[in-house]
Amino acid sequence: MEYFLTEEQRMIRDLASRIAEEKIKPVREHYDETEEFPWPILEELAKTDLCGVYIPEEYGGTGGGVFELCLAVEELCKVDGGIALILAATALATFPILLFGNDEQKKKYLPDIVAGKKVAAFALTEPGAGSDASAIQTTAKREGESYILNGTKCFITNGGEAQIYVVITMTDKTKGSRGASAFIVEKNTHGFSFGKKEKKMGIRSSPTRELIFNECKIPKENLLGKEGQGFVIALKTFDASRPGVAAQALGIASGALDDAINYSRERVQFGQSISSFQAIQHLLADMATEVEAARALIYATARMIDKDPKLRVTKEAAMCKLFASDVAMKVTTNAVQVLGGYGYMREYPMEKRMRDAKITQIYEGTNQIMRNEIALALIKEAAKTKK
Amino acid sequence: MGIEILEDKCSGCSLCVKSCPFGLIKIVSREEVGKPHPKYKKIAVIGQGCNLCGACLEPCSFQAILIEREEAKPRPDVSQYKGVWVFAEQKKGEIQGVVYELLGEGRKLADKLGVKLSCVLLGKGMDEGAKELIAYGADRVYQIEGAILRNFQDDPYTDVLTDLVEKEKPEIVLMGATAIGRSFASRVAARLGTGLTADCTELAIDLKTRQLLQTRPAFGGNIMATITTPHNRPQMATVRHKVFKKAVRQGNRNGEVIKENVEGKSLSLRTKLLNMIEDITQTVKLADADIIVSGGRGLGGPENFPIIEELARTLGGAVGASRAAVDAGWIPYSHQVGQTGRTVCPKIYIACGISGAIQHLVGMQSSEIIVAINKDPNAPIFKVATYGIEGDLFQVVPALTKKLKEVLE
Amino acid sequence: MNFIICIKQVPGTTEVKIDPRTNTLIREGVESIVNPFDTYAIEEGLRLKERMGGKVTVISMGPPQAESALREALSMGCDEAVLLTDPAFAGSDTLATSYTLACGIRKIGEFSLIICGKQAIDGDTAQVGPGIAEKLGIPAVTYVKKIEDISEAHIRVERMMEEGYEVVEMGLPALITVVKEINEPRLPSLKGMMRAKKAKIDIWNASDIACEKERIGQLGSPTIVNKIFTPPPRKGGEIILGDPEEQARKLVEKLRQAKVI
Repeated sequence: MEYFLTEEQRMIRDLASRIAEEKIKPVREHYDETEEFPWPILEELAKTDLCGVYIPEEYGGTGGGVFELCLAVEELCKVDGGIALILAATALATFPILLFGNDEQKKKYLPDIVAGKKVAAFALTEPGAGSDASAIQTTAKREGESYILNGTKCFITNGGEAQIYVVITMTDKTKGSRGASAFIVEKNTHGFSFGKKEKKMGIRSSPTRELIFNECKIPKENLLGKEGQGFVIALKTFDASRPGVAAQALGIASGALDDAINYSRERVQFGQSISSFQAIQHLLADMATEVEAARALIYATARMIDKDPKLRVTKEAAMCKLFASDVAMKVTTNAVQVLGGYGYMREYPMEKRMRDAKITQIYEGTNQIMRNEIALALIKEAAKTKK
Repeated sequence: MGIEILEDKCSGCSLCVKSCPFGLIKIVSREEVGKPHPKYKKIAVIGQGCNLCGACLEPCSFQAILIEREEAKPRPDVSQYKGVWVFAEQKKGEIQGVVYELLGEGRKLADKLGVKLSCVLLGKGMDEGAKELIAYGADRVYQIEGAILRNFQDDPYTDVLTDLVEKEKPEIVLMGATAIGRSFASRVAARLGTGLTADCTELAIDLKTRQLLQTRPAFGGNIMATITTPHNRPQMATVRHKVFKKAVRQGNRNGEVIKENVEGKSLSLRTKLLNMIEDITQTVKLADADIIVSGGRGLGGPENFPIIEELARTLGGAVGASRAAVDAGWIPYSHQVGQTGRTVCPKIYIACGISGAIQHLVGMQSSEIIVAINKDPNAPIFKVATYGIEGDLFQVVPALTKKLKEVLE
Repeated sequence: MNFIICIKQVPGTTEVKIDPRTNTLIREGVESIVNPFDTYAIEEGLRLKERMGGKVTVISMGPPQAESALREALSMGCDEAVLLTDPAFAGSDTLATSYTLACGIRKIGEFSLIICGKQAIDGDTAQVGPGIAEKLGIPAVTYVKKIEDISEAHIRVERMMEEGYEVVEMGLPALITVVKEINEPRLPSLKGMMRAKKAKIDIWNASDIACEKERIGQLGSPTIVNKIFTPPPRKGGEIILGDPEEQARKLVEKLRQAKVI
């Protein structure tokens, strides 16, 4: 389908596609097996200026927005849904700085992210606070010119490899959801350590770790925005980053669909290619329709966010994340089915897509939470318009 | 001058459009371009950038395309140039195999033209070499000796050969398309201001014009082009090793050796050869190999791969394997050819004990020549093989290796 | 130091096939690409500039559409680009091309090193590089797989041979042609692509470069293409019979006939 991309958007898409084909494809199996962090790929993304595709020019980026980030993430994920997280998960942590950071903070952290020298991670989830984010227990206490952090975060993407962490903590438990604050914590700060690396079903090249704060002292300058803005920052960040997760899901689904179509044309059974059987054709037709619908929804949402930052986009961002991730799970499952036995074999790149797709239904807000948010938004809108 | 679509003949049938390798031909409405015709509504238009390659001429059944070559001022008299020369490339005193092949072909050309076949041999201590060249068919050998010529270097070799060519005026100069030959020939041709055709696969004489017809592949071998050098001399061509057959050696042949020494002369030398490093241990990479010998399930075990390796070595090729052999642990994955291994496209692909499952075929079916050796006459590999040998690979492969060793040495 | 890279825009040949009905070339929307070997030349030039400082100028002789190949080179990081284009250049063989490029390079001015790709994938002759060196009167080394050392006045390279390599030294200015083993070309960067889009490319025709009419284009081309034809179609499956020795003998004979051994 023609989305009338600008020339620069086409350049971004084509460049990301080239990196995916030339640099990621040959090594995707390796990183899935070894679970190493793909630093060489980060270097390629940085050299081609893709790391800064959503970052303003004054900090070294190319001045694009959520749409450009989604284009890049989608292309990379067509080939591998996990390796792209070095860009996408960093973006999740960079949005808080972009949206709420002051000039010093932006100048301090953004250039290194653009140059691929540093990777970032966003830390909200705790063992007792998943969907119920307001139940976080990590605290940050002001002491003179510093804050002291105590607590544990878990399931943090890029944990251990990132140098820059945006951490949501409680600064005032009495204020409830208005008592949280966001801080930037750098790796190697005294009192900040990591737990074990998690073993996951999919996106295995992406490191997932516990963050442990034990009397971790950080300068007061590392507060993002104002005290009490913690959850506001988190929610606004998710509005910008959820299309990115959706793009990840879309890329995974799209890659799966393409491979399934190609395979069905080559595979001959009962004297003909299986693409001539209606059962396969209907599967493919449904898959393709859902993928295209997901794409259209994501692109429209991303364009909305970029065109007018003042618009309320929580509902749409939740919709595209919900829809695209559900599509990805369904499409990858059916794509494995089209490949039959070969789809189940680790030697073929298909099963990995199914393993990778699952997380998109879970992180950055489970799809159940997405439904909650959408419903809430619908009811609110209806209440407003009712005279 | 240049290329022209003959207005009265072109029917706008568009057969030429697909033939242009540069995609420069368009079919437009005759009305739009003001070239009306009683019968035809459309006409072909050739865009900018046409390099007159002539690929569009063949498909046009209306003879509506005309390529005209501009005639320059009167051309030099080329009839003064006589003789077929072969540059006898030597490395470390050993004359290279391609030279004997060029002598074989050169003999035919010289005989057709009724002229002498000569060799130019540059080096140090090449007396034996000169005699061998005579034995292989040279009527004359220009043996140029000098310490500076011991190993090939651009400058002195170019000086010596161009001087000799200007003095003796051969009409044809042939060289092997080796690493040395290709750059050496380019230099010489550029200095002499004459035409050079690289990598010829066929050479012939057009007796009417006494011109050398030089045929070579272009566009990766998808088309063949026959090239001539009508007005410049000598006509130069390079030919790859193994394209032509080696000449027959006749030990008692007579010939002339004209020996010359350059020790006193001042030849230019702007490059300094510091070192020559041999690297024969480097195994031929599968992806780049021209010849691949692959083993499959039919080998039965890892201990049998050596016969595949021996055949590959004899042919100077690489060793490949089917997934079955790799999975069984008989050979590392880096040799695997097929859907989940490598896709290869060599000149020769010899599949030994490989059934030819589609997952393997997709990795090698665009090879130029496929040879299949298999016990099972119904193995699917025979459907794609250029040459199929039904037999026991444990007997056929060693027999093949033995025969090849005889023929290639 | 000034580096000059010679590039050529070529059709992506892997898509050029034969139509069995008409026995002619089909180009199914063949895109034009920078000759692959030239991307290695561009990369080497950029690396030398990063190492020694200076400027990288990329030059090409071709039809007006070759401008896009030059922009690709600019997007990789080259500083300046020159396109030699003129209907008078059409029909050039390798000699005329070498001469024309040499005239263009003379107009660019002083340089330390000219870098060319080993050969163009449409012509496959590998003749233009040495031809340019001859016309400019500079030394050259072909098939360079590594630059061991370079200074303002000298360069030392490894030249790939069939069974190993040679180490050769020469003074600058000089010319080298490079093989794929020399480096891994970089991808263009987004900023590079945006810069390249806006960059001004010098476009020179025959009268801009000091060249003689009889030495360019058709007139300056000693070789002409007499005929173009499609090679004979591939012979289909033949079963070779006999005992193993006979089968081996017959196969070898066939392979020789097919000129592959």
